[in-house]
Amino acid sequence: MSFAWANSYEPKSAFTKWIDEKLPLPRLVYNAVGAGYPVPRNLNYMWNFGVLAGFFLVFQIITGVVLAMHYAANTEVAFGQIEHIMRNVNYGWLLKYAHANGASFFFLVIYMHIFRGFYYSSYKAPREMIWLLGVVIFLLMMATAFMGYVLPWGQMSFWGAKVITGLFGAIPVVGEPLQVWLVGGYAPNDSTLNRFFSLHFLLPFVIAGAVILHIWALHIPGSSNPTGVEVKKESDTVPFHPYYTAKDGWFLGLVLSIFAAVVFFAPNALGHAENWIEANPLSTPALIVPEWYFYPFYAILRAFTGDLTIPFTGIVLIEAKLLGVIAMFGSILLWFFLPWLDKSPVRSGSYRPLFRIFFWIFVVDMAALFYLGGAHAEEPYILLSQIATGWYFMHFLVILPIISQIEVPKALPFSITQAVLGSDDDAHGSKSGGGDKPEKVAGALPGHDDDGSLQPAE
Amino acid sequence: MASTAEDAGTQEGVRRRDWIHIAAISTAGVGGASVLFPLISQMAPTADVLAASTTDVDVSSIQPGQSIKAVFRDQPLFVTRLTPEAIAEAKEVDASSLRDPQTVEERLGEGDNDILVQLGVCTHLGCVPLGAGEGESKGDFNGYFCPCHGSHYDSIGRIRKGPAPSNLAVPEFEYASESVIRVG
Amino acid sequence: MTIRLGAIIAGLGLTAILLFWSLVPGVFTLANEGLPEEPDYYAFQEEHLSPAGGFAFEGPLGKWDYQQLQRGYQVYKEVCSACHSLKFVSFRNLEQIGYTEAEVRAEAASWMVPGIDPKDGSSIERPGLPTDRFPKPYANDVEARAFNNNAIPPDLSLITKAREDGTHYVYSLMQGYNEPDPEDVAESPDFETPPGLYFNEYFYNINIAMPPQLLPDIVTYSDGTEATTEQMAADIAAFLTWAGEPALIQRKQTGWFVIAFLLFATGMGFLSYKTVWAEKKKKKKA
Repeated sequence: MSFAWANSYEPKSAFTKWIDEKLPLPRLVYNAVGAGYPVPRNLNYMWNFGVLAGFFLVFQIITGVVLAMHYAANTEVAFGQIEHIMRNVNYGWLLKYAHANGASFFFLVIYMHIFRGFYYSSYKAPREMIWLLGVVIFLLMMATAFMGYVLPWGQMSFWGAKVITGLFGAIPVVGEPLQVWLVGGYAPNDSTLNRFFSLHFLLPFVIAGAVILHIWALHIPGSSNPTGVEVKKESDTVPFHPYYTAKDGWFLGLVLSIFAAVVFFAPNALGHAENWIEANPLSTPALIVPEWYFYPFYAILRAFTGDLTIPFTGIVLIEAKLLGVIAMFGSILLWFFLPWLDKSPVRSGSYRPLFRIFFWIFVVDMAALFYLGGAHAEEPYILLSQIATGWYFMHFLVILPIISQIEVPKALPFSITQAVLGSDDDAHGSKSGGGDKPEKVAGALPGHDDDGSLQPAE
Repeated sequence: MASTAEDAGTQEGVRRRDWIHIAAISTAGVGGASVLFPLISQMAPTADVLAASTTDVDVSSIQPGQSIKAVFRDQPLFVTRLTPEAIAEAKEVDASSLRDPQTVEERLGEGDNDILVQLGVCTHLGCVPLGAGEGESKGDFNGYFCPCHGSHYDSIGRIRKGPAPSNLAVPEFEYASESVIRVG
Repeated sequence: MTIRLGAIIAGLGLTAILLFWSLVPGVFTLANEGLPEEPDYYAFQEEHLSPAGGFAFEGPLGKWDYQQLQRGYQVYKEVCSACHSLKFVSFRNLEQIGYTEAEVRAEAASWMVPGIDPKDGSSIERPGLPTDRFPKPYANDVEARAFNNNAIPPDLSLITKAREDGTHYVYSLMQGYNEPDPEDVAESPDFETPPGLYFNEYFYNINIAMPPQLLPDIVTYSDGTEATTEQMAADIAAFLTWAGEPALIQRKQTGWFVIAFLLFATGMGFLSYKTVWAEKKKKKKA
């Protein structure tokens, strides 16, 4: 599962030889993130966020396990336990703020990672499985983060839990029993808090498992790159170590500096003041909103304000509440179909003039959804969120399939080497700056290796 | 000559490059190691536990020969007012012949103090010895008896028989007032 | 192909539902009724006051002003504590605002906290110990309501974090008791203050159940500072900020150290990165 020219692991001492025979873990690491993994040499900084996401997953697990040593999942004491951590536990305030803001940075990094995927079409063949696993990881992250936010048992914790579990009540027939079953009662209570704590502890390890599969799947075809042209030869790649370990390393330092600035100087900036009030089942906050990273999906949920009726008969086909729930879940589930919706043979948005325009419109649309999800549910925000929601679905389900059909892509470079160095000795007859016709690249997609280009060796 | 100079230049370059990598990796190592500090120190006793590490006990109502049990740092504390007879009896024992040689003065303090304060924790494996409560077995030496592994302590808590290695621990205490002692 | 066709149909269908059943009726209502107006009672003052020169603990280089915190504690003890609890703060924490251990012990003993009689187990009041938390003025919410015109005085230990811009909110609220604008009152009945409530433009619905408290000279500061309303408001706001986040200054000081280290490490990492890639980047010029 690597290229033919990949460095191979050679244990030097007798001890490492012995280890390599019994349990070739160093070899695995060497081939996965060491000098044995050839990576396209032209990756830009958008490719750093995968490693960062892995870092924040580990960071959250470590701080989370440590916080769990001081927490108690009991509605009587949970809020007070957080204060115990903040006031009495050695460096408890640091751990608490690092974990809370770590979740925000994890999502920030993941959104960058996902949008990198959107722009450079990282979901396309032969990388569909990486993408599918990525969507699974994102869904698991959302579930984990939601349940984690309930644990401090503040006002937002309680009402967030109530509103989100209420979504399941929208499902016809089984909805209400399902909601009662999920919560273990009629409103969030001790049972809810305990099961959320249990799952919040468990799911990160499931995520870690999914991440391992995600990386495994990545190593089958190798990393994508900003040109979208597949690796052809050794001069297209550099070993992951030291080239990308060095690049990821210093970039991690930069992101951690920003993270530290937030944790130490504005730790509550991304949270809600309401959550410093203990949960009160009898009093609803003026504005119930989830954490910022759920805003786009919350905006989609609230966009549907009218029941679907048969006009002039008053017969309700689907209630507005259910429509909102379907749209919210659908908005992420449709990512599973993305590899088959966008069939353009060209991967990189840089070589797709029409796609690029719509990509940036989509970024603006997502930014609008981020803003609207945190706004009060009143006009004109409802109207705007309806427009933004409509565009979201149009982008993925209608615009992407159509432009991938009608677009005329720009000429691609012959190879990564040519893209980086300006020339490639192997590109016979092709002018500098020119390149393959897109049709030829389409032919070069896996399953069409008749152009003789190097394919990943087994 | 020219080629030698060039070689030296390359070597110089290699050395400088190595120095940068070593410095960068060491810095990262120092950073990683310092992260361990809060992660480890969070398991040390919390501020509320440390603050609760003194216990005040009112000893005015303890009759001679009687013991009360209090709680000190989450552990049982035996506070006993010894009878003059018990003190006299304990003084007769040759301290140097004991496993953990301690005189009466060393356990009660100088002067006419008759209040014995000791942790009710057997020094063998941490069980609570019997003997401080009414009607409990006092062991072979009219003091304390640990039922877990059969350690016998005398009336002022010195180990006399059984597996325990040392006498019942005497925590530091002072008289906060006439009738109240402050332990810890 | 089937997937894409299905997607286009699903996309158009969902958008159509959104458009015709949600968006169009919304636009119709909006066109008829216009943008909803904010209710008058909701028009509270969101811009908060700030003492001249700001608070000592503000900003990245802030420090506690222990004199001020101790004055604020005096205000809490002599005024606020009659109705408001401070349940997450212990007497021992007062050592952090500059009292000695002996002073804290004496201070704790001046408060009566709930305890049990060691002889018969009945509930009694006993002098506080440093390890005790500040006692609650009311046994439960029902009692709190009964004594306070059906409003529960909130716990103050986290009040500066539980309100937006909490420190300045407390500072402003304490000075916010004045008369509603007569023009507003003439215009809208919402501006009339209901009986038993007090007009306060910084409270979220402008009528607060708490009467004005910090009347000039209601406390006599032991350090001789003149007890104006403004002074007391600043002092209590500072004290409650400390009570809400005792680690505030430690946090900021640690932060400088951590960020300085991280930036240094980032710089080292960047040099290392540049060195590693020097060969590969050089070829680009060729």
